[in-house]
Amino acid sequence: MEAGTLRQILLITDGCSNQGEDPAAMAALARERGITVNVIGVVENDVIDEKGIKEIENIALSGGGVSQIVYAQQLSQTVQMVTQKAMTQTIQGVINRELKHILGESKKLEDLPPDTRGEVMEVVDELGETSKLEVLVLVDTSASMKHKLPTVKDSLLDLSLSMNARIGENRFSVFVFPGKKKDVEKLLEWTPELSALSKIFPKLTTGGITPTGPAIREALSYFNKKRSLRGLLSHDEQYYEDSM
Amino acid sequence: MMNNTMRTQCKLKKGDRITGKWNANEYTVIKELGYGANGVVYLVESKNQPFALKLSDNGTSIISEMNTLKSFSKVHGSAIGPYFLEADDFQRQGSTLPFYVMEYIKGEGLLEFIEKKGAAWIGVLMLQLLTSLVELHKHGWVFGDLKPENLIVSMPAYRIRCVDVGGTTAIGRAIKEFTEFFDRGYWGLGSRKADPSYDLFAVAMIMINAVYPTRFFKKGEGYMQLKERIIQKQVLKPYRKMLEKALLGKYTSAEEMRQDLITILSQPSNQPIPKTQKVQKAQSTKQVSRLQQKTRQKKKGRFLETFVLVAIISLLYALYMYDQLL
Repeated sequence: MEAGTLRQILLITDGCSNQGEDPAAMAALARERGITVNVIGVVENDVIDEKGIKEIENIALSGGGVSQIVYAQQLSQTVQMVTQKAMTQTIQGVINRELKHILGESKKLEDLPPDTRGEVMEVVDELGETSKLEVLVLVDTSASMKHKLPTVKDSLLDLSLSMNARIGENRFSVFVFPGKKKDVEKLLEWTPELSALSKIFPKLTTGGITPTGPAIREALSYFNKKRSLRGLLSHDEQYYEDSM
Repeated sequence: MMNNTMRTQCKLKKGDRITGKWNANEYTVIKELGYGANGVVYLVESKNQPFALKLSDNGTSIISEMNTLKSFSKVHGSAIGPYFLEADDFQRQGSTLPFYVMEYIKGEGLLEFIEKKGAAWIGVLMLQLLTSLVELHKHGWVFGDLKPENLIVSMPAYRIRCVDVGGTTAIGRAIKEFTEFFDRGYWGLGSRKADPSYDLFAVAMIMINAVYPTRFFKKGEGYMQLKERIIQKQVLKPYRKMLEKALLGKYTSAEEMRQDLITILSQPSNQPIPKTQKVQKAQSTKQVSRLQQKTRQKKKGRFLETFVLVAIISLLYALYMYDQLL
């Protein structure tokens, strides 16, 4: 079996966008194109306002992903947890659709007896281990993020450590917003290893506006159009039907 | 990361009954044992027998766990985890809450036990743990999330058991669950791919945690920091070399580390000086003598040369046999 590619945008921010399109709308656009949007809100001593939390939740909701507000110290574990949870969620979504196909409209995973459910979950776990993964990391570099950036760097290195322990291939790329001239700026081209970040991150300058929406829109164009979630669906159809 | 809705949905009180939708077995809640990210664990009773029951409002997350527990139960001779009884769904107030039932392991948390009984127990309990790991690794699994919170010293036999097997991962795959302090990736000392030495690293960290109950964070170079911490504690002196090897991933199998630990524990002069010397010494040597029986039979000739060791072991062996015959 060849597993498809799971594609995610991981947005790391600490507050509200203040320029350009509504980020939730851009996240919905991403979802339509088979890309999941996850959001992590990092807080430190400063408190994130109600509006910021709402926006973070909305982006993840319309992006079909996972959101979490954390203190900077817990960032490493959260980045990994969010990425993995979103992967499982996507795979489960695909499998649930397949199950409906096989068992009828009203059937869901939850309607199966526990033992059969266990077998289905083994397939989900198997795919989580073997699927290709593409994560485009979008880091908010507005002024308030300045002292959180070293932690962000560490947690991204940790993420690549975790993901690279899988059997499936990984590709990461890192973008920051706002960029020097544009809304968003590429920091690292698609690569399986994030270790290069150690050199680049300390040189980052922070400041300016927070164009979250335009950043997501821009990020979409960096995904390879050829492989998408649809690939995962059609590839594995055969497999699930065989195993049911 | 437990959300409030789950807490209220899964909230049960003493005397509440849980009946399965599929197998129709009934369980009566005695008390809550604890809760984690995936659900609440209750002590329950069914047909006058105690069990541990994990209830969750998230179907899929506990299924993976259940699968692991099942495959765990298939590893014969390794009684490290709880045995798996059954899985079912509990229908309550219009929602379906999946649950699974497992053996209830009674005992004391590892760190509390060591705190109470003295540091001499560290070596013996880790020896037990390594014995279980040898078996588990042989069957192609790595424990993953080894840490004191997941380990219980069961009563009355004083055997180390594990109450949470959620991190168990097939060798060659990505570790499913881990805790930073016990994770070699966090300390910059290796990958998160499941191999036997991943668990052995965690065993070393558990020993360090036993003498640093509050733990500590990584500062700078991981290995140097850990090495220094080990040197600072006299109790760890006999284990230094073994710990360093485990931290650097130089043991390729649990058996290798186990043999080294047996050697350490067999040298009376190297025994750490415990608080309550008499009791502990007796206990740990007893354990060692039992484990050494096999080696003794195999390498009788070599043992004859080192007569001091033989004297001690034969004496204990004789005592053991005497004990057995009665």
